[in-house]
Amino acid sequence: MGLFIAQLLTGLANAATLFLVASGLSLIFGVTRIVNFAHGSFYMLGAFVGYSLMQVLPGAVGFWASVLLTGLIVGLIGVIVEMLVLRPVYRAPELFQLVATFGVILVIQDLTLMIWGAEDVLGPRAPGLKGIVRIMDEPVPTYDLALIALTPFVLFALWYLISRTRLGVLVRAATQDREMVAALGVNQAWLFTGVFFLGAGMAGLGGAIQLPKGGADLLMDFNILAAIFVVVVIGGMGSLPGAYIAAVLISVLNVFGVSYLPQSTLVLMFVVMAVVLTIRPYGLLGREEVVGEHGQVGEPERPIKPASGRARMMVGVLLVLLLALPMTGSHFLVILITDIIIFCLFAASLHFLLGLGGLVSFGHAAFFGGGAYVAGLLVIHAEAPMELAFLLAPLGAGLLAVIIGWLCLRLTGVYFAMLTLAMAQLLWSLVFQWDEFTGGDDGLVDVWPAGWLSEANSYFYFTAIVGVGGIILLRHIAHSPFGYALRASRDSQRQAEATGINTKRIQWMAFTLAGAMAGVAGALFVFSKGSVFPNEMEIAKSFDGLIVVFLGGVKTLSGGVVGAATLELVKDYLTRFEYWRLALGLLIIAVVVLAPYGIVGSFRKLFDRYRQPSEPETVAAESRQ
Amino acid sequence: MTGNEDTAVLSVIDLSKSFGGIHALNDVSFEVARGELLALIGPNGAGKTTCFNMLMGQLKPTRGNVYLHGEKITGRQPRRIWRKGVGRTFQITGTYQSMTVIENIQMALISHHRRLYSLRPYATHLYRDQAMRLLELVGMPEQAERACAILAYGDLKRLELAIALCHEPTLLLMDEPTAGMAPRERIGLMQLTADIVSERNVSVLFTEHDMDVVFTHAHRIMVLNRGELIANGSVEEIRNDPLVQEVYLGGGSVFAASDGHA
Ligand SMILES: Nc1ncnc2c1ncn2[C@@H]1O[C@H](COP(=O)(O)OP(=O)(O)O)[C@@H](O)[C@H]1O
Ligand SMILES: [Mg+2]
Repeated sequence: MGLFIAQLLTGLANAATLFLVASGLSLIFGVTRIVNFAHGSFYMLGAFVGYSLMQVLPGAVGFWASVLLTGLIVGLIGVIVEMLVLRPVYRAPELFQLVATFGVILVIQDLTLMIWGAEDVLGPRAPGLKGIVRIMDEPVPTYDLALIALTPFVLFALWYLISRTRLGVLVRAATQDREMVAALGVNQAWLFTGVFFLGAGMAGLGGAIQLPKGGADLLMDFNILAAIFVVVVIGGMGSLPGAYIAAVLISVLNVFGVSYLPQSTLVLMFVVMAVVLTIRPYGLLGREEVVGEHGQVGEPERPIKPASGRARMMVGVLLVLLLALPMTGSHFLVILITDIIIFCLFAASLHFLLGLGGLVSFGHAAFFGGGAYVAGLLVIHAEAPMELAFLLAPLGAGLLAVIIGWLCLRLTGVYFAMLTLAMAQLLWSLVFQWDEFTGGDDGLVDVWPAGWLSEANSYFYFTAIVGVGGIILLRHIAHSPFGYALRASRDSQRQAEATGINTKRIQWMAFTLAGAMAGVAGALFVFSKGSVFPNEMEIAKSFDGLIVVFLGGVKTLSGGVVGAATLELVKDYLTRFEYWRLALGLLIIAVVVLAPYGIVGSFRKLFDRYRQPSEPETVAAESRQ
Repeated sequence: MTGNEDTAVLSVIDLSKSFGGIHALNDVSFEVARGELLALIGPNGAGKTTCFNMLMGQLKPTRGNVYLHGEKITGRQPRRIWRKGVGRTFQITGTYQSMTVIENIQMALISHHRRLYSLRPYATHLYRDQAMRLLELVGMPEQAERACAILAYGDLKRLELAIALCHEPTLLLMDEPTAGMAPRERIGLMQLTADIVSERNVSVLFTEHDMDVVFTHAHRIMVLNRGELIANGSVEEIRNDPLVQEVYLGGGSVFAASDGHA
């Protein structure tokens, strides 16, 4: 009984941090409809800034003053990010915002590294609260009790702010009815900035307040990201009480999980989420959401055409050059291009889903990693020959996609995106924690291709044929009746349904196909490296895919492939420098703000301007449903 | 019209819909006979679109039933109702922006021929001739290769009509088909609709704001006001119905046609 209470208290104490960070995210989403992926970065900044302040300010007063100051400073950093990066993309589809905030993550990571160095720091204990209280003979840190006592005040302060002040009225109005804010005559931009200040500040507070229980390191940003998304999604996007309930639920579950099911704490969190969302798709206290457009902004996509003779010629020449590559004798180049082809296939499969289907999946790496692990596990545990494992990998990934697709396609827009992300994390945590079977953190090693492919050159040819073949197959399908039905379901679901198209089924099949193709890429990957680690299915990998599709251009058929090739080359070059994340992050932000049509789209616009100086375009009729 | 022959194409019985406390449609009953061109008129917010949405399955009724050729279709999915021979155009058009005009029609034809799950390219070569004939029918063959996103509003309406005809429907529901068109274009479109009715053995139920159009072409008229069907009769009867005149322009003349804005 004593142990039970002690654990419950630990859970409640942990919930304080989680709630602070998650409610900031929820608040920002509620008002601005931006899913701030950089929220974990604000949390990390909070920890580092708080740590530095606590070094300077002495005593209990200094400690708490540091915490508050940290909230203020991180809030101001949030304001800078909002004004420079997010203002230009408020009206844009969620993919834009994701990519922009991902750029911010990279920039903050490197800036933190520059200022505080690569060493983890241990948080100082809170002066005056260093002791332990015995509750029914079990030791409970005094600081935990302080946190538990503090949380209701935070909740109350937020509640007061939201329900009793003018700012609160505006926040609620904006959360519930976008049009109304404009009607109230408020300067919407400043409302958004204010909310961003508040949200980022709360993440900063969360980072500072957890210092005595933990510390600060450079992985904190991604580590907390999944947890706060789970909290916000379970609680219901935009709902503060929901976030609190979910934070408590997850934290308490976590503590009990550690003692009773130590191997599955992470999995448990996502299982709870999957269950909640199956019963209540919009979270415990969330409201149904009508969602808008996906894909890229600006003018609508152009009709696609079969490739012209000249385009086919050019691709043909490129392929011949590709096949001649091993003759250069450069081992480095062969390996690099093998990597690029694999990544291109992964990106092409995501582009199929996102560009043609309008389905913005934030968890596509699940299928890449899924394919890689299916192949790897078959080789390691069943001693399957490489050829068989290679054939079964896409089937395994496809099967995963059937299940995950069925669950996720019940939702749309941001909710769909969040759920795909969470499912991918579920899979990741399964692989990460199931040591005996998957090797956990140590991954699967010694997964080599069959003898006839053991040479780097022959594996390169194999990759080129399978990879390019897969990309061409996807392109063919884009031009097939199925591909058209997929675009029809995206363009106007109502019209499609009213002309006999089962849009959900089409989307489900597309999701499965994209998953299977990502699985092929994953299988190519595992045999080329001889190993696979859990990070091949983590959030960052899914984001890589999204960024590449975005960079290439969502509204162009070749966007995925061009973006993937470009990013891999740029990365190969940039990673030679110490602060390459900073450079890449700034580059990404610049593309979002300056060239929102992507590489292919921007080139096409340039080309058009050059060819036909001024084609007067009739104003498109208002025809959204 | 053909009243005594077998069953009606469409029978609607006590159809009702409320959104929360708002009764958008209240116990509406009517029939559409074979080969009939039936107008449903009424002021904005009367419940016309809501009624169409329930006939085609986009909305589930709170109460009441819909029968197509005697078969109950209440609450079925739109795509199933479409397969049974109902075509629809929308008040606010919903075409496929990323396709050309002719591809929009080809898409519906692909669905009609049940080729949706084929993975063989190129969809853009499938059923082109058939699509072209439909485009000629609605009078826009020279627009075939244009991107749908840059069409004028009136053309979008005509395109939707062509799409709705792809499955050779026996019943066509047209929600404000002439909204946003110039007067001459309106008459042309309604003449075309009347031709379709007589040549293809299709029944049409349509809503319309332009009384000239309604009185010239409709075989019969129903008047909806605040969710209630307040009149149902021939053109002559409706013209002289005092209640209808009351609803339109507060006792003014029905003949002073209002402009057909949405
Ligand atoms: N989805 C909805 N939710 C709430 N009220 C609705 C909805 N759709 C229509 N209404 C209401 O139902 C009534 C009828 O609308 P509608 O069918 O569009 O009229 P009409 O097409 O005759 O102009 C209106 O009062 C409208 O506000
Ligand atoms: Mg209407």
